[in-house]
Amino acid sequence: MENSLFNKKSRISDKILNILIQFSTLISVSLLVVIIGYICIRGIPCFRFDYLINTTSILKNTVGILPNIINTIYIILLTLIIAGPIGIGGAIYLNEYATNKKIVEIISFTTEVLAGIPSIIYGLFGMLFFGNLFNLSYSILTGALTLSIMVLPIISRNTQVALEAVPKSYREAALGIGATKWYMIRTVLLPSAIPGVLTGVILAMGRIVAESAALLFTAGSVSALPINIFSHIFSSGGTLTIQLYLEMAKAHYEVAFVIALVLIIIVLALNFIAKWISQKFDVNKVG
Amino acid sequence: MEKEVISIIANRKTKSMVEKVASIIFVCCAIVSIVAVISITGYMIISGTPAIFEVGLSDILFSNVWAPTASHPQFGILNIILTSIIGVFMAICIGVPIGVLTAVNLAEIASPKVKKIIKSAIELLAGIPSVVYGLLGILIINPLMYQLELLIFKDSTTHQFTGGSNLISAIIVLAIMILPTLINITETSLNAVPDDYRKSSLALGASQMQTIFRVVLPAAKNGIMSAIVLGVGRAIGEVMAILLVAGNSVNFPLPFNSVRFLTTGIVSEMGYASGTHREVLFTIGLVLFVFILVINLVLTYILKKGDENGK
Repeated sequence: MENSLFNKKSRISDKILNILIQFSTLISVSLLVVIIGYICIRGIPCFRFDYLINTTSILKNTVGILPNIINTIYIILLTLIIAGPIGIGGAIYLNEYATNKKIVEIISFTTEVLAGIPSIIYGLFGMLFFGNLFNLSYSILTGALTLSIMVLPIISRNTQVALEAVPKSYREAALGIGATKWYMIRTVLLPSAIPGVLTGVILAMGRIVAESAALLFTAGSVSALPINIFSHIFSSGGTLTIQLYLEMAKAHYEVAFVIALVLIIIVLALNFIAKWISQKFDVNKVG
Repeated sequence: MEKEVISIIANRKTKSMVEKVASIIFVCCAIVSIVAVISITGYMIISGTPAIFEVGLSDILFSNVWAPTASHPQFGILNIILTSIIGVFMAICIGVPIGVLTAVNLAEIASPKVKKIIKSAIELLAGIPSVVYGLLGILIINPLMYQLELLIFKDSTTHQFTGGSNLISAIIVLAIMILPTLINITETSLNAVPDDYRKSSLALGASQMQTIFRVVLPAAKNGIMSAIVLGVGRAIGEVMAILLVAGNSVNFPLPFNSVRFLTTGIVSEMGYASGTHREVLFTIGLVLFVFILVINLVLTYILKKGDENGK
């Protein structure tokens, strides 16, 4: 039986490679565990509810991140209001209207380029273009406009994938019973593509929450409560990430970890929502 | 009585108006990305070139004296460029083996259950804000590096102690940050390798590891290359994570020197710079932008080559 086909010779090199593979995977996964674990260990003992409802004030001797939370919400909403329709509209054009192959290629290429530009370049561009040229200086609106360009590829790509997944028969059926193109898109295509669009929007939210370099020179770093709901968008406002950076630079690690904890919770929550949506409305799911 | 007639083309005019307006709006939306790319390119060039004429191209790019606030200011960014290149190269050297092997595990070996856990971990890793990486870099990696520094330079009289904020710390943070990009794209390209390859190789008597390393990985070469290129793009553009971790003073990129990258160079001085100094910072931005464009072109070339091979 020594030469049997069934006596598998085990190679040492195979074993070593397998160990290396498992080891690499262990590193990748344990990084996440270490990061989240460390933030929880350092952040949770420092966490007090006061932080979430106070502003930082030397006069009243309080430390809090409420203005930064509000600024972050402002930036998220404004960015989505600006980038959402543009991203979705662009995807609809590429998928439904465009007939010229060259134009489609150019638009896809520029979207690709936009996705690859680092946030610091967006920051510089936003500062020069929206801040100086449009005279918005450091304001939440400048930040939101800058981020809109940045998240455009995320929204439009996800919308495009979702539109592609809508069966062709839906379109033909709608057009066949006399619907016009826009009517068909509005009442048939978009409703069936909603989960994919939502996933894109939530991914964009995650990117906005995590962004810091593009906001430093556009939205600025002021943390003050809004005086007027609408005029607040023209005043400078630092988001959570910017405040985290400032606290870190001043070596106020206690507040820094509380902000990091809040950020991680937001990121985790967004991640789960995106997953839940794409699972719940999976087109390919049977039954 | 004529107007009472019900006709399917009665409101054709308003309908065709709506149709036209809708299609125009969609075209405008689609053009935004073209306009954005053109204006970003334009603005980076317009704002980055004046300093080149004022200071001189070679005095900026090939001089390594950075003294913007001296009485005779000098704006040599050679050290900064070298730091970015060496830092990113080393980060890739560390990140690629780990990333590719993890992707191999995901695509070839892991059971569906394990795969699900690893994938969600990688997704979360990608979503963590870069400032958080920076915070952990300062508090975990820097102290470790400081211990190492004390050990190595115990008897040195010339070494400037950095407290652990040095090139190595920055490289480690960058290597961690590019992992998700590397893993995701490599995994996609491994999944795209036809199953026939694996089956043929196994049927010829190769072991699973031989199949993976001799057949599957070479077949996914283009995908892995584009993963690496995207990883380079991600690493070279990173700011907030390495701003404080790298120590942020302009030095030649030696492992234990406190260094400044292209990106951190812009951020750390933009707040107070003015005049020529500010213009030079925009030139640094332009240099970074050129790097990114080159990376994009390389990527397009690789993908195109992959398409041709596929046909």
